[in-house]
Amino acid sequence: MLLNVENLNIHFKSDKSSTPIHAVRDLSFKINKGEMLGVVGESGSGKSITNLALLGLLPDSALVTAKNLDFEGKKLLSLNELEWCQVRGREIAMIFQDPMTALNPFLTVEFQIVETIKAHLNLSNKEAINKAIELLNFVGIPSPKDRLKAYPFELSGGMAQRVMIAMAISTDPKLLIADEPTTALDVTIQKQILNLLKVLQEKNNMSIILVTHDLGVVGEYSDRLQVMYAGEVVEEGFTTEILKNPNHPYTEALLASRPGASAHLKRIPKTLLPSISGIVPAFHQRPLGCQFHPRCSYKTHECEQSIIELKDFVRCIHPCNQLSLK
Amino acid sequence: MKYFLKKLLDLIPTLFGISLVCFILIRLIPGDPVLNLIGERGADPARYLEMKKALGLDLPIYQQFWFYLKNTLQGDIGTSIISNNTVWSEFIERFPATMELGFIALLGATALGLPLGMIAAIKRNSFFDYFLMSTSLIGYSMPIFWWGLILILFFSVKLGITPVSGRIDFLFDIPHYTGFYLIDTLQSSVVKENGFAPLLSALKHLLLPSIALGTIPLAVIARMTRSSMLEVLGEDYIRTARAKGMNKYRVIAIHALRNALIPIITTLALLFGSIITGAILTETIFSWPGIGKWIVASITARDYPVIQGGVLIISFVIVLTNMLVDIIYYVLNPKMRS
Repeated sequence: MLLNVENLNIHFKSDKSSTPIHAVRDLSFKINKGEMLGVVGESGSGKSITNLALLGLLPDSALVTAKNLDFEGKKLLSLNELEWCQVRGREIAMIFQDPMTALNPFLTVEFQIVETIKAHLNLSNKEAINKAIELLNFVGIPSPKDRLKAYPFELSGGMAQRVMIAMAISTDPKLLIADEPTTALDVTIQKQILNLLKVLQEKNNMSIILVTHDLGVVGEYSDRLQVMYAGEVVEEGFTTEILKNPNHPYTEALLASRPGASAHLKRIPKTLLPSISGIVPAFHQRPLGCQFHPRCSYKTHECEQSIIELKDFVRCIHPCNQLSLK
Repeated sequence: MKYFLKKLLDLIPTLFGISLVCFILIRLIPGDPVLNLIGERGADPARYLEMKKALGLDLPIYQQFWFYLKNTLQGDIGTSIISNNTVWSEFIERFPATMELGFIALLGATALGLPLGMIAAIKRNSFFDYFLMSTSLIGYSMPIFWWGLILILFFSVKLGITPVSGRIDFLFDIPHYTGFYLIDTLQSSVVKENGFAPLLSALKHLLLPSIALGTIPLAVIARMTRSSMLEVLGEDYIRTARAKGMNKYRVIAIHALRNALIPIITTLALLFGSIITGAILTETIFSWPGIGKWIVASITARDYPVIQGGVLIISFVIVLTNMLVDIIYYVLNPKMRS
């Protein structure tokens, strides 16, 4: 096991209220070596916050607690700043949603990649440059040598994301966190970038956390899937299994929102473009009981009473498959 | 290159406008240069008219402006009515004094303001941050003439550690080489004769005026650095740099500072303009023989050519500085280069 997260809780201190905001609640998951974990959920469900917590990059106002937050036996929560610097970029690397803003606009591609390599590996400048060329070549950038001198604004979005990936994998990290890596890119480029991640996972045995809005993407690429809603995992399991037989009403509704995708979901009425009514509750407006109940079409009185625990990989007292049995 | 040529062309209407406004304004203030010159008592009407004619002040105002413009374009910006020296020679004699004062003031303000603003941004909402921001607001609102007098009262009168006025102790006779006393006092002949005492004296004389003149720029720079730095620190690429495992100091020095500097440099250029206007007050208070004091004196004497010519040169210098900033911008920002 590479990463073991048990009961991760993230609170934020807030100026407006005296009680801290509970952003992520009781999150537990594991990642094995060479595995790709998909994480889906709407904006505001706590995906990005969790990722930043794994890198120790949350602001000082965040309070991170967990029963266990182990990376290869290292207790991440007890690392000091210096030790974090050896984990970030070296053991756990991250790529971000918008490559155009995630790269420093005033520094060349070469500077940004070489800087990363030299911070973690004991290489000379020349060796680091050669490695950078190799990496750019690997991620599919044509004439990598010329591209080294380019500034980020001279690259297209897809190219910039490849540069980000090259930079992230330059030190051979064991875990790569891809936080919506294709959201800002157009569809054809999306596919290329995701294929590249798949190659990294399979050939380099890299573990990857793939965060996305796009259920189609996780279906095709990730082994296991975690569905998040309002700071909680509402359902987890093997990707194929969940996509075929969603258990949580939220997962089901998400799947049904894909145009023309609801055919196999028996309970969903057939409309042209189904959607989930309402929005994810803001941090300070989260309801009691099941977080999803205000938007759920199966809610009962019990749903509003108390916190629902994750049971058999689902956080619901009326899981779909059980309902459909009735 | 085309960009800079265009900028140069923009100078023409600017400078023309400044000349026109200045020309009209000085004629609007009450007072008569001719009367000032020959003295009110001995004003024999015939003599008065003769004098007025000699100075070309008997012509209608549009003709006066036309001659002024023609001469200026031919490179003659006029001759002082009072001293009979050319405006240019008077300017050149005084300009280094103002430059020295302004440069030291701005240098000090930058050297202090940049790090202070950076620390405030990094330790946002800390006591230091609040303290710095409120003191800088006070510094920013301080009138120079009042602040200068307070400084003189405290350091010169009460403590007696700094001189009240002038550029250097008049024991020392410094041959003008560059006009910058901090450089001229280092000439071998000076050092051979008096050692480093003249340099020390020049520094002492610089201290209070440059504090008086540099306070507002210091406050502006500190505040500007803080806000610019805060903006950059919130950028995605700063998070990327941290996620790559760069330590805090490297992130600030390499990834944040350079990007934060761009707006600060624009501010510096604007401050250069305010340094010149500030110099008019500061030099008057500290009897600093620079162009500020020169302009004030020429206004008092209604020395039209000096006011017109002096203001024109000063504006030219300011406009040139702004162009220089454009060039620095160009060097710092890779997007401008392509």
